[in-house]
Order: sequence, then C-alpha cells, then structure tokens
Amino acid sequence: MISPGTYFSRHAQALLSAFGRLIRQPLGTVLTIFVIAIALALPSTLWLLVKNARIAAGDVTDSIELSVFFKTDVPLAKAEQLAEAARQRPGVEEATLISADEALEEFRQYSGFGAALDALQGNPLPHVITLRPDVAYANPQGVESLKRYLSAWPEVETVQFDGEWVRRLTAILDLLRNVFAVFAIVLGVGVLAVVGNAIRLEIRARRSEIEVTKLVGGTNAFVRRPFLYEGVIFGLLGGAAAVGIVSLAVASLIEPVGRLASLYGGRYALVGIEPLEALVLISGGTLLGVLGAWLGAARLIARIEARG
Amino acid sequence: MIRFDHVFKQYPNGREALHDVSFEVKAGEFVFLTGRSGAGKSSVLKLLTLIERPTRGTVTVNGQETSDLPARAIPAYRRRLGIVFQDHQLLMDRPVYDNVALPLVVSDTRFRDIDKRVRAALDQVGLTGKERVSPAELSIGEQQRIGIARAVVARPTVLIADEPTGNLDHGLAREVMNLFRRFQDVGVTVLIATHDMALVREFAQREILIDEGRVFSATPPAPGSGVAA
Repeated sequence: MISPGTYFSRHAQALLSAFGRLIRQPLGTVLTIFVIAIALALPSTLWLLVKNARIAAGDVTDSIELSVFFKTDVPLAKAEQLAEAARQRPGVEEATLISADEALEEFRQYSGFGAALDALQGNPLPHVITLRPDVAYANPQGVESLKRYLSAWPEVETVQFDGEWVRRLTAILDLLRNVFAVFAIVLGVGVLAVVGNAIRLEIRARRSEIEVTKLVGGTNAFVRRPFLYEGVIFGLLGGAAAVGIVSLAVASLIEPVGRLASLYGGRYALVGIEPLEALVLISGGTLLGVLGAWLGAARLIARIEARG
Repeated sequence: MIRFDHVFKQYPNGREALHDVSFEVKAGEFVFLTGRSGAGKSSVLKLLTLIERPTRGTVTVNGQETSDLPARAIPAYRRRLGIVFQDHQLLMDRPVYDNVALPLVVSDTRFRDIDKRVRAALDQVGLTGKERVSPAELSIGEQQRIGIARAVVARPTVLIADEPTGNLDHGLAREVMNLFRRFQDVGVTVLIATHDMALVREFAQREILIDEGRVFSATPPAPGSGVAA
C-alpha cells in the first residue's frame, strides 16, 4: 500500500517532469497554449457580447409600455377602479390612469391644434391606462399575456403594444446564445484535439522510454501520469491566456462603445469578464486539457508494449 | 524457479519460434540459454517477460503460471524480474541515478529507500560516484553495468539477461559475468541468453541449448544446485 506522502511525491514528480518537458520545447508549448487560448477566447468573447446585449436590452425593455384605451362611455370612476385592479395584477409594475380630460389637455398643449379642439362639442378622447410590466413580464410572452387579460375587460376598446421590436431583439439574443453554445462545443472539441494531438506527438517521441518503463514494471497509469499533467498545464495556461485576451479585447472596446452610446444620448459601460467567469474559463480550460490528454494518451500508451 | 512445459510459440506471420520447449531452472541456479541467432532464445525471454504469450503450453515463474496472467497483473509480475538487455535500453536524457532508480520509482518505493538501494546497486556494479553522469558519457561496458544495476536494484528473485555481453570485449564480458555470479551467490536465479560459447565454457554453468525453436540439450538441474524453491 502506497503511503500518502509517497503518493503526493509521485504526483509532484510527474508534475515537475511535465513542466520540464514543456520548458525544454518552448516554441511548441507556447504555440499550443496560444491555440488553446484563442479557441477558448472566441466563445468567451461571444458570451460577453450576449451578456452585454442582454444588459443593454434590459435597459430598453424597462421602457416597454402598454396603452389600454377604454370605450368613450366608460365613466372616470370605473376607469379608476379598473386601473387599481390592473395594479394588483401580477406582472404589472406600474399602471397610470390618464383621464380623458387630462389627455385632451395634454393634446391641446403639445399638438398645436388647440383652436381646432375648441371647436369640438365634447371630448372625443377616452380614458387611458399606461401600464408598465415588471421584469418577469417584460418579454413577448409576458406582454402578450397582459394584453389578453386587459383586452378581456368589456370596458376596454383596445390595448396597444408595439412589441414587435422586443420579439426581434429577444430572438436575436436567443440566436446569439445558441451560436455561443455551438461555438463553445465546436471550439471545446478543438481544444481536445489540439491537446490530444500534442500529447500523442510527445508520446510517439518518447516511445522507447515508455517501453523501458513498462518493461521494468511501470503501469499504464504511471506512464500516463506526466502526460495528463501536461494536459493540465496546457489547459490551465491556455485558459489563463484566454482570460487575458478577452480582458484586453474588452478594455480596448470600452471607450469606443461609451462614445457610441453617448452619440445616442445614453451612457453604457461595457461589462467585462468577472472573476467567477474567469475562474470558470480557466477551470474549463484545465478540464479540457486533462480530458484531451487522456483521450490522446490512454489508448496509445496502452498499445505501446515493450519489444525486448 | 522457471519452468517451461511443452511450450509452442507461433508468431502472427506463421513463423514457429518455439516447438514443444520444456525445461526447468531451479531457484538460485545460474543457467546459460545458448543457441545461434534466431534459434529461439529471444522468444524464450519474451515469454518470460510477458512481451509475448505462448501459443500452447505453460510458463511458470516463481510458482506463478504466467500464460494467462491478465494484462493488469503484468506490471507487478515484471517488478519481480530483473531484465538486462544487450542494447542496455537506457534513458539517455536521464542521469545514471534516474536510470537505476526507475524500477523502484514505478513500484512507488519511498524516496529514502530508493536512494539507499540505488547507491547500493551502483556500488555492486562499481559505478559509485557516477550517479549524476549521463549514460551517454560512459563507456559501453559502464552502460551495461548501469543496465545490470537497474535490473537488480529492486532485488528481483529472477534475473534474465539477453546477450548481456554481446557488445563487450572478452575482458569486459568476463567482468559482467562475474557480476551475475555474485547475484547468484545471494540466491538470485540467473538465466542468461548468449551465443558466446567461449564464455559459457569458461564459466562452466548448466546450459540449455536451443536450435530451430527446439531444446536440444537441457541437462536437468544437478541435485543440490540452486536453493530450494
């Protein structure tokens, strides 16, 4: 039975041996890490793009509004009662009643048709509720559900919502999220292939050493161990480099994005990679590295047999 | 103890390397396996080291029938053997110390025990002080001695050598054979495949002669030879 001290010493030795091998071939090592970093940075950048787009879209969806137009014969008291009922409905953040008189006054003030309105016998405008959904309902399905609910009131003439752009925006973000998933999978497989291939080349180069090791009683696991550590190092450094690349890319975009937002009269600060996301990226890279090394090494090492 | 019982070995290309080979080497015995090149000596050693398996028959080493030993049990089995190769099979990018320590490292021996045993093995083969030297800087004879130190460092009960003196001049060959004799003296079973008949005659040990895959002459172990198995 191997003692814990010996066990950890063996692993430390395998790790150092893996480092040693990688340092002895710096160009190959750097190139492999660079390829892994790029492969990890691409989906990460897309992820940040989706995240920023969602945040930006979130700001816009805050201003989603429905206009509930009552029939002209609905009395103000009834409209007030219905506005209160609307406020109690789940999914409604805010419901403001604009009476027919207030609407007419406003129209008079801003339309420039004051004199023409004076010629009218009565007020042709209905009472209106402007309604803002809460966060959970600020999406096409939520808005549609509110619209159905409000349209069912007999006092309501029509409910207006120009929600097509929200649907389109959400569809675009969903598409981007799917593209991110596809990118992540394809490039993840790419990382596996890059690491696996690097490890296979290394194994082929050290074939005679592996044969001797097996001939003196080395198990497949023993022979495999330093190669798995090479995969860990590739993945870890590739992940860290990807974090660096994405951070640099975001840093270089903060100023132009801010300037663009200011041209549209807004303020928007680009959100970069957060510590938890960086940790996930580095851990993911490490996992892909060790998995790629395993895939590259396991069968090949098992097939190498001493020739004597 | 080593025992071959009616062993046949046919390779995938159809060549029959061993035909009904039977012999026995008692524990602690020193035996030469002789025959010209291609006679079947290497096939015998490959079956002993489980690089190959017999087509028929059984091979028993230290009481363990190896013919159907599962693959996962092979490393542990090999750790009980000491193997010396004609071409040394050293790791030229590692110092002498690491080469000799390899069988102990793969068997998860503690570091302080490794150090003690490696130094003892190097002392036995006369390479004390060469621990940090690269094998490439040493002579062929010294490289062979590294191979022997590596074979004995894990204190195997059986030492197998494939043409260990093939690349050495007669003087060095005698030196190496004397080393093997010293291991036999401490109870190790030694089986040496060689075609150096002058050396075989000089050391006057039991001889198993193989030709065209058949055992032609295998005198039974003399009563009292070796140690009790």
